[in-house]
Amino acid sequence: MDTILTVTNLTKKFGLLTAVKDLSFSIEKGNVYGILGPNGSGKSTTLGIVLNVVNRTSGSFQWFNGTASTHQALKKVGAIIERPNFYPYMSAVQNLRLVCKIKEVPEDRIREKLELVGLWERKDSKFKTYSLGMKQRLAIASALLNNPEILILDEPTNGLDPQGIHQIRELIKQIAAQGTTILLASHLLDEVEKVCTHVVILRKGENLYTGKVDGMLASHGFFELRAADNGQLRSFLESMGAFSNFSEENGILTAYLETPMEAETLNARCFENGIRLSHLVKRKESLEQQFLALTNNTAPRAS
Amino acid sequence: MKRLLQIEFIKLWNNRSSRVLILSYFILLTSIALIAAIRFDIGPIEFHLAEQGIFNFPYIWHFNTFVTAFFKLFLAIVIVSMMSNEYSNKTIKQNLIDGLSKKEFIGSKFLTVLSFAGVSTVFVFVVSMILGLIYSDYNEVSIIFSDMEFLLAFFVKLVGFFSFCLFLGILVRRSAFALGFLILWAILEQVFFGLLGWRFVSWETAQQIKDFFPLESMANLIKEPVSRLNAVQSVAEQIGETIELDYQVHAYEFLITLAWTALFVYWSYALLRRRDL
Repeated sequence: MDTILTVTNLTKKFGLLTAVKDLSFSIEKGNVYGILGPNGSGKSTTLGIVLNVVNRTSGSFQWFNGTASTHQALKKVGAIIERPNFYPYMSAVQNLRLVCKIKEVPEDRIREKLELVGLWERKDSKFKTYSLGMKQRLAIASALLNNPEILILDEPTNGLDPQGIHQIRELIKQIAAQGTTILLASHLLDEVEKVCTHVVILRKGENLYTGKVDGMLASHGFFELRAADNGQLRSFLESMGAFSNFSEENGILTAYLETPMEAETLNARCFENGIRLSHLVKRKESLEQQFLALTNNTAPRAS
Repeated sequence: MKRLLQIEFIKLWNNRSSRVLILSYFILLTSIALIAAIRFDIGPIEFHLAEQGIFNFPYIWHFNTFVTAFFKLFLAIVIVSMMSNEYSNKTIKQNLIDGLSKKEFIGSKFLTVLSFAGVSTVFVFVVSMILGLIYSDYNEVSIIFSDMEFLLAFFVKLVGFFSFCLFLGILVRRSAFALGFLILWAILEQVFFGLLGWRFVSWETAQQIKDFFPLESMANLIKEPVSRLNAVQSVAEQIGETIELDYQVHAYEFLITLAWTALFVYWSYALLRRRDL
């Protein structure tokens, strides 16, 4: 697989604060990555470093296996960091023309990209007259001008209304479907869950996990159960030895699996032992639960 | 290089205030020709400024470059704000993310400074040439093209001054404060000079040190031309005073200004490289 970006032992200190600590990960072509982490976990700083606007304290990073200098490599990258930054007194087309000059790409793609994000009708309006959602969409159009190898988005739906959020997500999915590698930094988990195949999880500048979304916790899921006598049910399940953890809430017993088990098997075993279940659901942890479990743990996990 | 200039041109020309200021500047440069129209006709006294020798070759090169240099303040505003706007709009960040290197960024700004200075010089040359051909008493080719170093001095002076503005724009990041700092600096140079001469060294040494200050070195390139005028000199002679004339452009003065220019551009780059955006 082609490696697009390799980050090795990256560290950034702002005075006493260590924003990014010994971070390493790599981005492969064709995947959709999410960088997850609470606010202040170093997501934007990391992106700032690889995008040449923040100086690193130590460590290194390499675009496209180091075949080009950083600013040359950035011409093959499309990136939006935080707010969309454009010249307020210039129209959408004028702004994009400028970006074309910087990225050294022909100007004939401007129309195609503006149509993609639905701004072609407003192409001659000044940037400062745009709503936040429109500004964000213009930023995406601008990032796509060079048909980038990788699209980097930092909190793309921040501050948008539900409609704007929906539009941006649809756009991202559409772009991902075309095979563009995407790196999406966000603290919104459902956002990442909906579009990403891989995640990098940061906490206080440290890498907690890198890998597939599915493999985040080596977990086999959990059962939600209810019986006439939950106490009896619980002691039976404990005697089975297949569960690691139990919790009870609102009359529902949640039992976390330690070894794989199907719902039918459990149902049959309970019935054989004289326990009749009135409620049985097998679930996988949501990304949110996994994320919270990871970020609350002190010891970083290996991928 | 063409690409870098085009990038800056798009940014400047689409900004209405910059456009207005740039246009006004060049109109003002041309307006020096209006001096020719100054004429008093009070009974027996007939005074026509253009006939007083200010448009004589080669004196006109000195006079026009000196006078038009005052208008540089207009472009100073444009340059300071073109730099500080990049910070306030955060477009500098986006430019770098889009793949402009920091060197190219400073390069595009400095090339703009060079073109402003270059176009101004060409303008002054053309306007002076026309005025001279109309009003000058001497029209021999060898006289017309003597003392041309004033044009070179004009160019170097503008490049130096604009580079200073560029550096201030990056250093201060707010156009109004950067311009305030520019004025403050001009005053500070005089205060330093006063302090040096008053307390520390002789006035002569202080004057020599002062010649090394950035703004002072730029001002020194083209000295005031008025005392060179025949009319002024004859008045001085009548009251028994001879005016000492040192109006030449000296090579070391070029060097000082060029050194400052290099420093300002380098410092701008160093600042940009060191800062996190």
